[in-house]
Amino acid sequence: MSADPAREGVRRHPSVTDPAARAHQAAYWRANIRYLAVLLTAWFVVSFGFGIVLARPLNAFRLPGTGYPLGFWFAQQGSIYAFVVLIFVYVVLMNRLDRRFDLDEGDDA
Amino acid sequence: MNVQAWTFLLVAASFALYIGIAVWTRAGSTRDFYVAGGGVSPLANGMATAADWMSAASFISMAGLISFMGYDGSVYLMGWTGGYVLLALLLAPYLRKYGAYTVPDFVGDRYYSRVARVVAVVCAIFVSFTYVAGQMRGVGIVFSRFLEVDVTTGVVIGMAIVFFYAVLGGMKGITYTQVAQYCVLIFAYMVPAIFLSLLITGNPIPQLGLGGTDQASGMALLERLNGLQQELGFAEYTSGTKSTLDVFMITAALMVGTAGLPHVIVRFYTVPRVRDARLSVGWALVFIAILYTTAPAVAVFARTNLLANVSGRPYADVPEWFHKWEATGLIGFDDRNGDGLIQFVGPDAVDADGAPVQNELRVDNDIMVLANPEIAGLPDWVVGLVAAGGLAAALSTAAGLLLVVSSAVSHDLLKRTFLPRISEKGELVAARLAAGAAVLVAGYLGIHPPGYVAQVVAFAFGLAASSFFPAIILGIFSRRTTREGAILGMVAGITFTGWYIVYFALLHPELNNARNWWFGISPQGIGTVGMALNFALTWTVSRFTPEPPAQVQVLVDLIRVPRGAGAAHEISA
Repeated sequence: MSADPAREGVRRHPSVTDPAARAHQAAYWRANIRYLAVLLTAWFVVSFGFGIVLARPLNAFRLPGTGYPLGFWFAQQGSIYAFVVLIFVYVVLMNRLDRRFDLDEGDDA
Repeated sequence: MNVQAWTFLLVAASFALYIGIAVWTRAGSTRDFYVAGGGVSPLANGMATAADWMSAASFISMAGLISFMGYDGSVYLMGWTGGYVLLALLLAPYLRKYGAYTVPDFVGDRYYSRVARVVAVVCAIFVSFTYVAGQMRGVGIVFSRFLEVDVTTGVVIGMAIVFFYAVLGGMKGITYTQVAQYCVLIFAYMVPAIFLSLLITGNPIPQLGLGGTDQASGMALLERLNGLQQELGFAEYTSGTKSTLDVFMITAALMVGTAGLPHVIVRFYTVPRVRDARLSVGWALVFIAILYTTAPAVAVFARTNLLANVSGRPYADVPEWFHKWEATGLIGFDDRNGDGLIQFVGPDAVDADGAPVQNELRVDNDIMVLANPEIAGLPDWVVGLVAAGGLAAALSTAAGLLLVVSSAVSHDLLKRTFLPRISEKGELVAARLAAGAAVLVAGYLGIHPPGYVAQVVAFAFGLAASSFFPAIILGIFSRRTTREGAILGMVAGITFTGWYIVYFALLHPELNNARNWWFGISPQGIGTVGMALNFALTWTVSRFTPEPPAQVQVLVDLIRVPRGAGAAHEISA
């Protein structure tokens, strides 16, 4: 429970001792934050934007080819589809980023 | 076979399956018990998360609520799915990398404080019990109607089953049972939805049927429903009546609450790698989205059926299902004008001379999904299947929550706080005892339920949003966040939110309307304000208190990169 090995591991970890490793990690983190900013903006726009704040004006239009008022569609269908897509886009982007920065996990973790 | 025989058969068969799986996969170690040995594949974990997540509220209550609320019901649809984006992007990968067993574990280590850990444990138990209360009412409703036993007996049967597999199997048993439960519940949800969609719109896919054409009238289905609603004095279905601000706040509280619910977060400790954690959130949302995009279609089908077939009909020739639900007290007809017809009308209804018409029919939101197959005249086996699905949804969630409560007690309170010397075997015994005690409390709450399923559950989200979410997010994304900030933030957030909910929902239900709410924010949406308060306090206090020790800051750096995520384990910084 005192977990001294883990504590020692933390102290000796390259991200503490090696400035180059620290800079490398900081760059990785900045790239991650940029992805998050873009994806969370999309998340906010489809749900809170189109589905709530703009729902009434959008209801004047129909989703082409269907009987859905557009704002209603975003609130009860479209936003959910968008959420699914956003997560999978994130998964792909992050897997690529992990490899590019050589910070990914092995296949046998 | 009649409805009851089919129900017995399908419910018994599904229960036998769950118990079989629980025995097959029972936990041998604390690691098995808390995080299923950390070896679950992302797809299976996604499915288990979906079952864990989709509760009696999603299965039984939600479509009924949407059916009554129309557009306003979107708060549940967006709120209970949008949170998964936050979970995938902001929480799951980092918590998986950290690799603790429980949420209070992370909070306690990140904030280098026993007090923070205990505060988090108390929040976790509080949130989980609020949520369990909602599930147990769902179980009671299903049993009371379909097995025609009284609610108390029904709850006792349900608790015995949950006790058996949560206590024996721990997380490992629960995970594989939940995979089976997901299959049962989604099949049970989709079959009647597809039948109804075919009957009403001629399109077998409910999501397309909802945007399709009503076969009876040749109009777009939603347009016909809007017409029916207005004819009978209800608000237009696709527009809603809540204020935009309140819809915004409730949606945000549910989203953030989803991401902060301990029984959901803990699921992402069960996969082997960080990238599996990300992927399994994606799969979880796919499985959830299947039900959540179907629910609004079911809501519209049910509403259209009810308005077109029940309203204006003589009470003497209502079908059998009506009387069965009447017996449970969940449908009520009061012939106020003595004409023998069922006037089911909204607040703005007027007759041909312009005189107001009184509503005579009371339909409990919670029965819409369960009654739907009968209202539409679907075969008996479909009705039985829906009962089995509803039970799968309620029991899987209850089991997940009980596990959180038991691990909060045995791991966070005993092992990590008060009895650090407890042996692994002792911890496992304590976990099982705690699960047993939690089952009893949950059973009591099921017999004396405090409100509508979805409403009670929505409060749990407000509490989760205002307590855990800011502490975890800031713990990962801001190195400078200190224990003083986090503790004050959590206590203030949950106290404020809890007080607002208790004040309006329990102490002064007569004041519980938009005129008395702060800025028109309902108790369901107040969690968003509580969360903002928590964020602001945590951030500010952290700037004025000594910065966290170097080891903790290094730990935050390590959480941020995937490499080196071992199995879930205990670290102390």
